[in-house]
Formats: sequence, structure tokens, C-alpha cells
Amino acid sequence: MKTIIHLQNVEKQFADQVVIPPFSLEIIGGEFLTLLGPSGCGKTTLLRMIAGFEQPSSGEIFLDGKPIKDVPAYKRDMNLVFQHYALFPHMSVEDNILFGLKMKKVPSAEQKRRLDEVLTLTHLTELRKRKPAQLSGGQQQRVAIARAVINNPKVLLLDEPLGALDYQLRKNLQLELKNLQKNLGITFIYVTHDQEEAMSMSDRIAVMNRGVIEQLGTPQEIYLRPSSLFVAKFIGENNIFSQENSHLAVRPEKIKVYKKDANPELHQKTGEIVDVVFLGSLQKVFIRLDGSEETIVLAHENSEATHAWQAGERVGIGWALQDEVKLP
Amino acid sequence: MGGSRRSLFSVYSWVVMIFLYLPIVILMLYSFNDSRINAVWTGFTWKWYLSLFENRQVMDALSNSLVIAITSSIIATALGTLAALALHRFSDKWKAVMNGLIYLPIIIPEVLMGLSLLVLFSQIGFPLGKLTMIAAHVTFGISFVVVIVSARLSGMGDELQEAAQDLGATPWQTFRHITLPVIAPGIVASLLLTFTMSLDDFIISFFVAGPNSTTLPLYIYGLVKRGVSPEVNALSTLMIAVTILLLLISEIFRRKGMAKESNSQLPI
Repeated sequence: MKTIIHLQNVEKQFADQVVIPPFSLEIIGGEFLTLLGPSGCGKTTLLRMIAGFEQPSSGEIFLDGKPIKDVPAYKRDMNLVFQHYALFPHMSVEDNILFGLKMKKVPSAEQKRRLDEVLTLTHLTELRKRKPAQLSGGQQQRVAIARAVINNPKVLLLDEPLGALDYQLRKNLQLELKNLQKNLGITFIYVTHDQEEAMSMSDRIAVMNRGVIEQLGTPQEIYLRPSSLFVAKFIGENNIFSQENSHLAVRPEKIKVYKKDANPELHQKTGEIVDVVFLGSLQKVFIRLDGSEETIVLAHENSEATHAWQAGERVGIGWALQDEVKLP
Repeated sequence: MGGSRRSLFSVYSWVVMIFLYLPIVILMLYSFNDSRINAVWTGFTWKWYLSLFENRQVMDALSNSLVIAITSSIIATALGTLAALALHRFSDKWKAVMNGLIYLPIIIPEVLMGLSLLVLFSQIGFPLGKLTMIAAHVTFGISFVVVIVSARLSGMGDELQEAAQDLGATPWQTFRHITLPVIAPGIVASLLLTFTMSLDDFIISFFVAGPNSTTLPLYIYGLVKRGVSPEVNALSTLMIAVTILLLLISEIFRRKGMAKESNSQLPI
């Protein structure tokens, strides 16, 4: 458990506007860390500062204990996979992948050995002579990753690498990427706005909002114990109940729906069903609470439950005390 | 009703086309006319073309035109490309100002360009000749080069260059292996365009030409003073053919670059 990247009081301003207020972050060697947040939250800026394409306004970044703030991007021992891949259009797949080794004048025998290895790893052997324009989105994505990992970087930075692909392909590549990371043992810093993607791949997630890391933790911690209202709302579906000076968050799957006259002692609130949406294994039940017209509570109910909920039905809802999260 | 309107439009387009190209077509036709008089068609002949190639003055004018066009297009393309690269790095505020200044020569009346250059050369006492012609042609060529190469550069975006740096390429390696090859079609297109424009230029050349730097357009103008002969028609026809050919090639290069890019950059 060694720190590979250490950001110390790093701050970023654009034109005198603070985009990222000072913060510190330690990234552990070999982990899969995701920077998750809505667009404009500063996650890409943070990634680009680590890669060396943006200079922090103040603070220092350490790679393996050495300060790298003043090291230009081309001398940093890490690689970035760009959102739109940025493959070189005039070069074949092979030349794209070899670019890094050629620039560093690695001996050609070694180049060839590593090329074959990486081509096998990313299933690109048959496509090695093609030009990027002749590849599908998913294949281009593989080339972008191969081009980065062939350099054996200490850290691989990925900027929404799956953002431009369709849903099914994205699912498959998520698994591939996760396996690749395990096999290579390289630290991955992954930027995405897709919380499902973050949950399924990461060892740790840093949830960012308006330039601030709101919470840093494992997917379980983030989901089960959100530390702020923003995290509670941003990750997964959640029901937020306002109290005097605080909020209460309860996940839809933790909400129990009861018929109006059954188990009244477990009812915390009562209301009326406004809509029921069938989604296969579960159904989403939307309930308008009595006394507050705008509060709609969402509950996930098993589709195979004995009772089929109907819109217009009067119900009571309840949850266990350990399932509620108090938020400031 | 829709059909008749459509045919009306097509008739209209044809009328415009005829208006635009009929004079040129007639000029070309008469270059093959057996008669010295432009008004009557008497038969097909190549003889005006043959006599052109035996004409010493025409060959001198041709060689002047080629020397000036080749030299000025190379210099204009080199300087214009460097200017476009520099402009690309400017901050937004200055970029707008510099862009405006660079594009200005395109809209300034050519007469003014020619006159101002003439004044300049005579003020510094530089004798008019091939050198002043080349300098003048470079001056108006640069603007077009900057426009074309800038378009390629902004089309290519910053990501490719960042990707190259990220993979360990120094700024020079990035330029040599990525930027230059990607903008190459634009550079070739610029070269052909400035060559063509230099070959065709009359107004500015008229002001800054010296005694032994008569180019083809200037020579044709001189001939016309003595009446339009079939040789003039033949010479003009050749120039039109060469110009169209060069523009076509230039356009092919420009498009080739564009197509390549839109296919590979954004797989959306």
C-alpha cells in the first residue's frame, strides 16, 4: 500500500476564477480510482493536471515521491487515454501503438516483442495494419488503450474512455478494462460521469462537485453511507426527507410499502400511489405523501410479490432505522 | 405546378451558366479557328498553338511566369504555414486582431495593393523586376495560405498533439510526426493555389513589373493593344486549362485532408 500520486494543496484557477479550491489527495499504487461527478465538476481538469496538460495554480503533485509540477507532459511516466481516443489518422494501428516506444528510441527488437504482447492483450493482432478510420468505435478504443499501456506507465489516466460507445459495448469494455487493470497491476485513474460505471469498476471513488471532492471511499461506503446531500442524490436513486436542519436519505430498496390497514405500527408515513412502473425483476412504486403535495417517495418492490400495487391505492411506508442516513 | 417551377429554376441556372462561361468558350473555340478574323469560323487548326511555341517573346513570358510562380508560391506557403502555426497558439484576444490583419489583403482592392507596393519599392529605391514581382506575389499569397492552413489546424484540434506529447514526444517530434503530416494536404493545397494565383495575377503585377519580368498575363495585355489575335486566344486557352487543372488538384488535396479527419476523429 504505497502512495503513487500525491496531490498536495493543489488549486486551479482559470482567469482568476477558482475552478478547484485547494485540496489534497493520495492515490495508492495499483488501485483503480474513479473521479466521478457531473460535467463541469472539475474532474477532467484534475486529470489533466496530473497528466501535465494543465498547471496547478498552486500546490504540488508528487509521482512516486518526486515533485512533477514543473515536469512537462512528455517527460511524465504516465499515459492518458483520451475521450475521443486521439488516434493519429495517418498511421496504422501498429504505428499508433508503437509511437511512444519510437519516440523514446526503444531498441526495435524490444519494440516488436512488446507490440506483439500488447496486440494479444487487446485482441488487435488481426487489425494491426489498418488505419484508424477503418475501425469501429470499440476497436479504436482498444487501440487507444494499447497505445498507452505498451509504455508500461506507472499510472494510466482515462478520460471518459467509454463515453462515445453504445450501452452494450460499454458494459463489455468495462469488464475488459477492469481485468486489464488487475493483470497489469497499473494504477488506473478513471474519469466518468456515469455512476454505474464507477460503481462496477472502482476500488475507490472520489465523488466531485463544483471542484470539491465531496466523498472519497469504496463503492459500498459511497452508496451505503453518503456523507453529503450531493453524494446521496448523485449516486443511485434515493429518497430525501427534509427535517428542520438536516436531511434523511433512504434508498428505494429499503422502503417497505404496506397496505393502508396492515402493520400500522411500522408505518412512518402514509400516502397514495401515483404511479407503478414495471421493470422486469422489480417494479418502481411512486407514492405521494400526505400533507406534502410535492414529495414523491420511490420504493422498489419485488415484481413477484403477492400484492400487485395499483395507482390510487392508499398505503403506508416504513423503513428500518439502520437503513436511514442522516445528512447535514 | 411544382414541376414547372423546378424546370423554371433549371432554365434560370442554365442561363446563368451561359452568361458566365459563353465568353470563355467562344474565346477557346476561336483559338482553333483557321481564320485570322475572330468573327467567322472557317475551319479547325492547331497552327496558332504551334506558332505560340515558336514565338520567342511568349516563351520568355512563360519562363518568367513559371519562375515567379514557383518561387513566390514556395515562399508564401512556407511563411503562411509558419504564420498559421504561430496564430494557432495565440490567446483568443490577439488571435482575432491578428486574423483580421492577415485576412485584410484578401479584401483590399488589388489596385491599392499594387499601388502601395509600387510606392514602397520606389521609396526604398529597389529596381522593379523579378524580385519585386516575387515579393508582391508572396504578399498576397500569404493570406490565402494562412486561411487554408489555419482551417486544417483548427480542424485537427489539440488532442492529437497532446496525445503525442503524452506518449513522450518532444515538441519538435510532435510537430515532425503529427502536426506536419496531418496538415500536409492543406500545405499542398496552398502551394497549388498560390502558384495558380501568381500565374494568373495581372493587376498587382502590372504595377510592380520591370522591363524583363513580363509575365504571360502582362504579355497578353500588351498583345491585345494591337487587336485580339488568334494567338492570344490560344495562349489564354492554355492558361485557363492549366489554371483549372491546378485548382482541381488543389481542391482534391484540400478535401482529402478533410475527409480523412472527419472519418477518424469522432466516431459518433
